[in-house]
Amino acid sequence: MKIFKLFLIVFFIFPINNLKADNEVLKNKITKNLRCLICQGQSVYDSDSEFANSLKTVVDNKIKEGLSEKQIYSYFQSKYGEWILYDPLFNKNTYFLWLLPLLIFFIGGAIIFKKFIKKQK
Amino acid sequence: MKNKLLLFSIGLVFIIIFIIFYKGLQNTNIYSPETKINYEVPLVSVKLFNSNKIVNTKEIFNSDNYYLLNIWSSWCVPCRQEHSILMELTKNDNLNVIGINYKDTKKNAKNFLNELGNPYDEIIFDDKGTNAIEWGAYGVPETFLINKNKIIKKYIGPLTNNSMEEINLFIK
Repeated sequence: MKIFKLFLIVFFIFPINNLKADNEVLKNKITKNLRCLICQGQSVYDSDSEFANSLKTVVDNKIKEGLSEKQIYSYFQSKYGEWILYDPLFNKNTYFLWLLPLLIFFIGGAIIFKKFIKKQK
Repeated sequence: MKNKLLLFSIGLVFIIIFIIFYKGLQNTNIYSPETKINYEVPLVSVKLFNSNKIVNTKEIFNSDNYYLLNIWSSWCVPCRQEHSILMELTKNDNLNVIGINYKDTKKNAKNFLNELGNPYDEIIFDDKGTNAIEWGAYGVPETFLINKNKIIKKYIGPLTNNSMEEINLFIK
């Protein structure tokens, strides 16, 4: 009987906890990527300002409504512009930003190849 | 010859980078969200301050009249400054002043209005601050001029005499 009770407790507590933990992880992930607009240099996650606290509530509500991470980002982007996201999206304004490191890597590789590896041959 | 070319291009790159960074020094690093205008009024359900009724914003901004949406709070000092301007603006017949009471308690808000007067035709009660986010606001006070369900002008910070003149020009 004791074991049965224990089993019941475990059975009821675990799934609910898991669900909540998942939401919390997602919420933290999203709020870490949102810039607090009145305490610049801090993320919404770090900040305790009125604005950041409201934003956290909104993120919570949106997760409960079943919106995906991407949908939540685009929601905030439509309200405040792209600046609110720490991780810039990949679009025509940011091609250069995203591709520049890759470009530098390849050019550097080409130079190294030309200078050293060819010489050895 | 090749060496000279290399030196020249390195020098050029440095000069370009220097110019870019030097110009960047003068840019302001205080960001305010783009005051993009001509976007539609967000359709959300809101709680009214006086009647506690839940209504959709569609029902509040339902006529072709001009609306002035003002986000305020009793704890906000600049809101006190701009209050006289709101009292002045509400005298216009073709302008409805709507308030969003931001993160406030009803008691304090009522005291504030009793002390300074109530310019609002309708007040939305936003104790969690989530409603202001729907409007793209990030603090108090902020004011939006709305016509035909479009936001045509946005003021961040307290209204001034200049903004009052501007609003009067719009609604003429």
